[in-house]
Amino acid sequence: MSVQAIHNERIDSETGKLGMWIFLFTELFLFGGLFLVYAVFRAKYSADFHHAAEELNTFIGTLNTVFLLVSSMTVAMSITAIQKDEKNLALFLVGLTVLLAGLFMLNKYFEWSHKFEFKIYPGSEVLKNLPQGELLFFGLYYMMTGLHALHVLIGMILLLINIVKIKNGTVNSNHYLHLENSGLYWHLVDLIWIFLFPLLYLIT
Amino acid sequence: MNASENGSHVSFLDHKGKYKGILSWLLTTDHKKIALLYLYSIMVFFFVGVILGLLMRIELFKPGETIMDAQTYNGMFTIHGIIMIFIIVIPALPAIFGNFFLPIMIGAKDVAFPKLNLFSWYLFIIGAIFGVLSQFIGEGSPDTGWTFYVPYSAESSTNVIYALVAAFILGFSSILTGLNFIVTMHRMRAPGMGWFRMPLFPWSLYATGWIQVLATPIVGITLLMVIAERVLKIGFFDPALGGDPVLFQHLFWIYSHPAVYIMILPGMGIVTEIFPTFSQKPVFGYTAILFSSLAIAFVGYFVWGHHMFTAGISYGSRWFFSFLTFLVAVPSAIKVFNWISTMYGGSIDLKPPLLYAIFFIFLFMIGGFTGLTLGSVATDVQAHDTAFVVAHFHYIIFGGMGFAFFAGLHYWFPKMFGRMYNNTLAYAGSIVIFIGFNLLYFPQFIIGLQGMPRRYFDYLPQFQTGHQLSTIGGFILFIGLIIMVYNLVYHAKKGAPAPSNPWKGVTLEWQIPSPPSHENFEEIPQIKNHPYFFGESTGNK
Repeated sequence: MSVQAIHNERIDSETGKLGMWIFLFTELFLFGGLFLVYAVFRAKYSADFHHAAEELNTFIGTLNTVFLLVSSMTVAMSITAIQKDEKNLALFLVGLTVLLAGLFMLNKYFEWSHKFEFKIYPGSEVLKNLPQGELLFFGLYYMMTGLHALHVLIGMILLLINIVKIKNGTVNSNHYLHLENSGLYWHLVDLIWIFLFPLLYLIT
Repeated sequence: MNASENGSHVSFLDHKGKYKGILSWLLTTDHKKIALLYLYSIMVFFFVGVILGLLMRIELFKPGETIMDAQTYNGMFTIHGIIMIFIIVIPALPAIFGNFFLPIMIGAKDVAFPKLNLFSWYLFIIGAIFGVLSQFIGEGSPDTGWTFYVPYSAESSTNVIYALVAAFILGFSSILTGLNFIVTMHRMRAPGMGWFRMPLFPWSLYATGWIQVLATPIVGITLLMVIAERVLKIGFFDPALGGDPVLFQHLFWIYSHPAVYIMILPGMGIVTEIFPTFSQKPVFGYTAILFSSLAIAFVGYFVWGHHMFTAGISYGSRWFFSFLTFLVAVPSAIKVFNWISTMYGGSIDLKPPLLYAIFFIFLFMIGGFTGLTLGSVATDVQAHDTAFVVAHFHYIIFGGMGFAFFAGLHYWFPKMFGRMYNNTLAYAGSIVIFIGFNLLYFPQFIIGLQGMPRRYFDYLPQFQTGHQLSTIGGFILFIGLIIMVYNLVYHAKKGAPAPSNPWKGVTLEWQIPSPPSHENFEEIPQIKNHPYFFGESTGNK
């Protein structure tokens, strides 16, 4: 039952996954703080939140949701592929995940720069003249999607490392903990977006 | 069992690894060396914090400006708080004694993620450097107090951002340490060591680990929001922009109150190890102590509102939080009764570690009872933001966690360094520290109740006697600390060689040579008994 890690040896897979799960809990709590703030201000300024949310482009949001959902699937498939020792398929699927993540970021870039054109960014004059609730909505919008985008970037880096590791064989059909943990992380990124999307874009 | 007796034993300090010299420390993944890295760095920062505290005491010796102006004083109590809380009190016990002894006490060769462990130390150092830098560079040292209350922390023109970043990074380091320990305990206990055969210090670290993992992210995001408020003018907490400053207090204390239990639980775990050893008797109420740790960790999540009785929260939430606060006293008292019952009828050997542990109970109880004064709504309104709070806090944190730290240091010193310290000096140090401590903080209860506010650099003449006693106490305490540190540092190299089991302890760390080898155990032990079984079969014959 007990597992002994000798110094500098490969970390046992169950141990590694348990560590990752606990880390994901901390990530949930990190975003949880923002969700809490969202809930408080939504209750206080529900009309303003309603107006501000209509400014957001639901089409871009939906498209990004699709990107992330599909990428979550491809990363899960890549783990199955590596388990079956199909190295090239796994490489393709991880690559596809990174590509979808890139598309998500690209979309995000257009979305943000579009807002910037209308001078909707934290501290801008336009924003200052909006009602307080809308101001807070955009503050939360930038903070939440910004922190989420940072997580997307970290996830992309993790997946790119996996591509290297699959290529040189450190991630293989016997030892795929690194890919599995990156996959778990990627699902978290997806999961958080699944909550952000309706809260920011859909509830108007 | 003792490898030292057949000559093949190599201490972890002399272990030849991949790297030599300083790199053998900076790149080590050995949990024992990482523990010592933490010990040395924390000792350095501790003395920085102590000297800042002492300077504040000198300032308060006379009313009016004595050696510094008001703004410098504001900076000093802020940095004193940040250093002491985030760099010393929160990480010290888990990172030093947890790292060193958790794997050994559960019969493992290392923690679950040795590299992550080293990474945590680096994060700790980076965070600590940010914290100290905030004192010296840029616009002047932060003057918000360690609690960073908005709106002032969003407006103050001083280096608040450095301090916020420091606290954020240190929090992240603390999360990773907690995570590492939880996984270690889940996966790496020696064969035969079921959960209920695990010693109680690891148990206290388990409860602590969950608080670190589940509470720290909340303060992390809160600090990020304050940074966003300062840099991007977002205004979550700024009433002018629609935000709510009380919301900050909620978010801050949702973490920072459980953090108090991150500070004290491992300390309780340490003295729980000490009482059975020096009474030569199994710990009284193993299960009760264990569940009281978990209960403290659990209930501790739901009491944050008692920091905000005067912040304008509703009547209902005030009595709710007050009630829950009183509830925490129950598991704490269970522990105190168990420690005392452990000594009852035992063959007590009053060595320095036990003396420190007894001081711990005494001071912790004063801190605990005055905590009830503050937990009760009516009396809190009177005592809020006075020196009474300062005294209570220091009795719990310094008298509790600090004395537990000293107790642990004297208890495990022979195992960590393979040397014995001088007992006479250790007694002298502990008694001087105890006297100095009480003289320093007890008068603050009295002047606090008489109306001396906290964080003021000036005061009315009627508080002068109290402040002067307090300052004298501060110097006595400082002398005591010097005696203690001299004794330990000198004898770490020059002391008499320590036997593997100087205190006749029964937990696993005493069954291996002092200091332990690189791998801790030549072969993984089989656990057949309760951890505090002083019967005949535990002698490892």
